[in-house]
Amino acid sequence: MVLLLQYTLLFASVLILVALGGCFSEHSGVINLGLEGIMVMGALGGALTLKYIDPSLPKILIVLAVLVISVLCGAVYSMLLAFACINFKADQTLVGTALNLLAAAAATVIAKSINIIEDPNNVSSTVQYVEAKKALVVNIGKFQFNWFMLVAFIALVCAYVILYKTRFGLRLMACGEHPQAADSVGINVYTMRWAGVLISGMLAGVGGIVYITAGVSEWKFENGVAGFGFLALAVMIFGQWKPVNIGLAALLFGFFRALSNVYSGFDFLAALNIPGSVYNMMPYIISLIVLAFTSANSRAPKAEGIPYDKGSR
Amino acid sequence: MSAEIKKTAEKESFLSKPAVQSIIASLLCIIVGLFIGYIALLFINAQGATDAIITIIKNYFTYPTKAAALKYCGNTLVKAAPLLMCALSIQFCYQAGLFNIGAAGQYVVGAGASLYCALKLGLPWHVCLFAALIAGGVYGVFVGVLKAYLNVNEVISGIMLNWIGLYTVNMMLNCVKETASPYTVSIEKTNASAVLPSLGLEKLFSNNKYVTIAIPLAVIIAILLKVVLSMTVFGYEIKATGIAKDAAKYSGMKEKRNVILTLFIGGALAGIGAAFLFLTGYEQWSVTQSSVPGMGFNGIAATFLGGLDPIGTIFASYFIQHITSGGSYLDKNAYPSQISDFISAIIIYLCGFVLFFKFFLNSRIRNKKNNAEGGNK
Repeated sequence: MVLLLQYTLLFASVLILVALGGCFSEHSGVINLGLEGIMVMGALGGALTLKYIDPSLPKILIVLAVLVISVLCGAVYSMLLAFACINFKADQTLVGTALNLLAAAAATVIAKSINIIEDPNNVSSTVQYVEAKKALVVNIGKFQFNWFMLVAFIALVCAYVILYKTRFGLRLMACGEHPQAADSVGINVYTMRWAGVLISGMLAGVGGIVYITAGVSEWKFENGVAGFGFLALAVMIFGQWKPVNIGLAALLFGFFRALSNVYSGFDFLAALNIPGSVYNMMPYIISLIVLAFTSANSRAPKAEGIPYDKGSR
Repeated sequence: MSAEIKKTAEKESFLSKPAVQSIIASLLCIIVGLFIGYIALLFINAQGATDAIITIIKNYFTYPTKAAALKYCGNTLVKAAPLLMCALSIQFCYQAGLFNIGAAGQYVVGAGASLYCALKLGLPWHVCLFAALIAGGVYGVFVGVLKAYLNVNEVISGIMLNWIGLYTVNMMLNCVKETASPYTVSIEKTNASAVLPSLGLEKLFSNNKYVTIAIPLAVIIAILLKVVLSMTVFGYEIKATGIAKDAAKYSGMKEKRNVILTLFIGGALAGIGAAFLFLTGYEQWSVTQSSVPGMGFNGIAATFLGGLDPIGTIFASYFIQHITSGGSYLDKNAYPSQISDFISAIIIYLCGFVLFFKFFLNSRIRNKKNNAEGGNK
């Protein structure tokens, strides 16, 4: 039971971080379908930090280093999206998809190359971080607290405050609702959209490293992050682009994702003898159902997905 | 003097043709993509990088004898056929304004249906092919109904269905797997009638037994789609729905029906694509695979590289498969073969700039024209 709670909170943290990322980007008017790819890049940066960092360093330093590197990797990678979609008005769906494919390929190539250089016979794309990973968690009784749960909670509070209580957040949302109007009162739409995409990159980058450290101590980068970036988008839609709702939606989805990790520990679930694949499918099926019910009256930012053209004011 | 103006005018009109612009844009994407791939190779190991990129570009030409080269050329074509089908699926849906990233999942269920019919039920190849068509099509309809009636973003529902499809097919094919390995049993040994006929085509490729009618069929389907899109009322409606959904509805087209129908056809194309590969016996399905096969995603690259035109897609699919196969000849202890996927991904990213490139080219041509006319006055 404790294990279920632990995994639920852990996966919910991932979904909160990434969905908030999507939320910032979409409120600024850019659909970020590249979240999945950004997660992979953040995860790669974080995993390599864990691999090379000295495990004897103070734990807080390790956590901070991993956090900073993941944020940086995510932000830098998301620039590819911002550059193409904001400055060059490229198709946001196409570029987002390209980012996902590029991240999966690039992360595999990088992880494999590092392995090959270390040992020419090791051609796997797995990065191991057994020792340093211990710094990320604290055992409270049976419950294994992960510092990133706290990070996700802080991000949630910050997102609420930034979006609704600050000038920056309100301006950001204006750019997603009616960029022409925002521009007419002197807000630079391009800058705001860049900001939205960069914030989404930072959050998704952290989400990536949390996902690949959830319960495992190595990651095979050929697998990417198994559609989690898209689950986060489903969470965001279910949460109607509002931080608090996103937090609740993430808990629900996190619960179903956690079930697939721990179902064998429950006697009555194990007795049902349902194949593991069914549990693996659960989060995706739930998200389809949820999307089917919530998308019809969606409260999506009105101008999302439409490149802003100053000339069409 | 006037002859010179005429010449430049001709040159300009040549450049302003949409087809020419598409080809130039695609070639630029390829060149830049390969160049970035080369830089990546240089970073990994500078010593053999030049050889490595040449290996990728040469693919089967690395074999010294003509017979061997032909045989491996056949292998590349065998995999290019399903890729072309996936690319056509995405391309067809894109005409209706739908980004069918679910092609990967439709491909997966197509593979599942065709293999189940072939291995478990022992049905002949044409029935298996039809099963793949229906399975892929119905899977596409899920996306279509969700999109048309419930306004679900087709990219997100597509991705969800990809994973659901993967796990379902893994469960379904668990009953026909080899006892000692996670792979499904060999189709030739279990049910030879389910293998696609070759009609003697294999003789052209030094008796490569995997070369079947799938390859010419894929090309014929591409040409058919071109005809449907450019010459029929249905094709016109699809394109109209893609360009302006509300206008299409206003002028009496059933836009919801068109969305669902488009995705049925798209799904069917991807499903057939899977049958085109798995019914040759070239590959066996691994029931423990934990990631969606890349065929559907590579199709995105082929589609956009082909300038969103069925005929262009034929060449683009071949090219993408050519470098993907070429990547597998790299020295595995020096370079990861995924460098080809990396190059394909870069090419897709660059395709995002194609629209801007065309706009830039056209506005330059227009400016030049205006200047020339101004000079004459």
